[in-house]
Amino acid sequence: MAMQRTALLEAMQQPGPALQATQAPIFHIDAFRPYRCRVVGRQQENDDTFTVELRPVSARRHAAFAPGQFNMLYIFGVGEIPISISGDPAEPDRLLHTTRAVGVVTRAMAKLREGDVIGVRGPFGVPWPLEALTGRDIVIIAGGIGLAPLRPALYYLVAHRKEYERVVLLYGARTPEDLLYRNELEHWRARFDLEVYVTVDRATGDWRGNVGVVTSLIPRAPFEPRNAAALICGPEIMMRYAVQALQKRGVDATQTWLSLERNMKCGVGMCGHCQLGPHIVCRDGPVFRMDQIEHVFGRGEV
Amino acid sequence: MGAHEFDDRPCLLERSALQKLLDVLRSRGYTTVGPQIEHGVIVYDELHRIEELPIGWTDVQEGGSYRLERRNDDALFAYNVGPHSWKRFLSPPLRLLWRARKTEDGFEFVVDEEPPPRYALIGVRACELHAIQQLDAIYMGGPVADRDYQRRREALFIVAVNCGKAGNTCFCASLGTGPGVGSGYDIALTELLDGEQRFVAVAGSVRGVEALAEIPHRPATDADMARAEEIVAETARHMGRHMETAGMKELLYRNLDHPHWDVVAQRCLTCGACTMVCPTCFCFTVEDATGLSGQVAERWRRSDSCFTLAFSFISSGSVRTSAKARYRQWLTHKLASWQDQFGTIGCVGCGRCITWCPVGIDITAEVAALRAEESGPLRPEPVAA
Repeated sequence: MAMQRTALLEAMQQPGPALQATQAPIFHIDAFRPYRCRVVGRQQENDDTFTVELRPVSARRHAAFAPGQFNMLYIFGVGEIPISISGDPAEPDRLLHTTRAVGVVTRAMAKLREGDVIGVRGPFGVPWPLEALTGRDIVIIAGGIGLAPLRPALYYLVAHRKEYERVVLLYGARTPEDLLYRNELEHWRARFDLEVYVTVDRATGDWRGNVGVVTSLIPRAPFEPRNAAALICGPEIMMRYAVQALQKRGVDATQTWLSLERNMKCGVGMCGHCQLGPHIVCRDGPVFRMDQIEHVFGRGEV
Repeated sequence: MGAHEFDDRPCLLERSALQKLLDVLRSRGYTTVGPQIEHGVIVYDELHRIEELPIGWTDVQEGGSYRLERRNDDALFAYNVGPHSWKRFLSPPLRLLWRARKTEDGFEFVVDEEPPPRYALIGVRACELHAIQQLDAIYMGGPVADRDYQRRREALFIVAVNCGKAGNTCFCASLGTGPGVGSGYDIALTELLDGEQRFVAVAGSVRGVEALAEIPHRPATDADMARAEEIVAETARHMGRHMETAGMKELLYRNLDHPHWDVVAQRCLTCGACTMVCPTCFCFTVEDATGLSGQVAERWRRSDSCFTLAFSFISSGSVRTSAKARYRQWLTHKLASWQDQFGTIGCVGCGRCITWCPVGIDITAEVAALRAEESGPLRPEPVAA
């Protein structure tokens, strides 16, 4: 009971009984309510993948975002899903999301037309650590739709090109028809200060470029392993092989960043769905340095 | 704090004073909620009168089994926890997040925010106080708070009770979460049953002091205090279960591929009962609903369980398909990764998951088994030459 007396005296210093509660920061926003945005542009990227541009309905503006962050996008009456931001971080008012129609919500998104209104919450998540990587060779490895969360990083690198050594993009898609952002790929490829290598799993039409998985480009890519940092996004299996191929060239886990996909319902670290071992992916990720997730990444069913 | 007349030393209440306490709390706008018997189990429901408590009843719990038994006295709190926990009042299993209406050129949110319910929880055990503090960390400890939870939490009044009896599936003593209440309550009671039935009451907040001041009380004697301490110490000595926590996180992380998970998976039905009764299981999903006309859309938040296949579903399918992976996720989250995510173990030792598991899987036994198997089977002493 002596202990309880002490607790009582301590409690007297507190404004209320909910001791833990009053110590927590108080926010008067509703974390679960989206803000409404109108589709002001829509671009079909390939068969099943499209990009929408969103502008707030009210006077509010989109919050600034960093490359690699994501938003929760809500379709009226259908549902909400996490989608990475694929636009230019220097133009936060031009909010772009590239999505592949695979699920209920994304198929509903595919039907969006200019003028339609959807809900947005975000931006959420830990971005690519670009500011910490100046002076380095940057190797960007993307598989399929994985290029979408890396495009903001490319915009940033191009805008801050002098601060980095070599910038290399290794991009793989299933077929030439599946390639995203084809005009930009051409534009980037034409630049003398970017190295762009594209490969497809299956050559179709008049494709004369590389054929094979994107990881097969890693041994030949022009970068200095001791000074390189790699940013990877794609299917989990592709990321695993990419990490291995990088390690073979001498780029270790501490210089390799990955963006992970997990089921997400809240985006703010409360719903529990996106756990990966000790990590809450929406809060601690989606971008992780490989050595931080080594013990759980790619491990069956973790 | 004001010049109230209350002596802030522990005081003694008679049973009739507890009814007065309920009355005072209700007159202050609280909905009083407490344990009572329903369908043969002790649940938490609105409590108007002290007589509604499970007076003279106790519970007998074991792995996969729960039954009530008559005592030969009129004890008000001589039982442990049932299948309910207080999270159903702080974070109800089904809640409307918002409602929106279709408009000519899109949709708009319908503003219909109600004031939060003001609950006074009666009979909160030490383990349950810890569970509430864990929910606080999850729903309010990050950069963004769960506003609905926060409003309910700030309005909360807590009357805690020190446990005078340990259940067979209890192990709070080994986790340091009970059986005596530590902090975070408004009033803490200890029921004394020797001689005249009476309650030692301690205020833990200004609101608690003010409420006690309004009800009949007298100072607790040193003997009463000593008896109250003895009861808690006695309860701590009679825990039905024990969990060794030293190095537990590392033990579990080291053994994600241990064959013992397959052994548990042979028994686990992946029914998720453990997650429903657990006072700290906090996961939720969201569901979207539209009216038949398609003019109104609602977003609902529903308690979820990591034992469902949908829980980990991504574009390539469910991440955790096997029963083994789902049980492993639940246990390692609770006991290991929770520590990395929120700074504490996610288990408070209440034993609900053991009692309410239909096949009696015992979280303490599973951790002990991993420990034992990791250290290897006992080998016979080498025979001296």
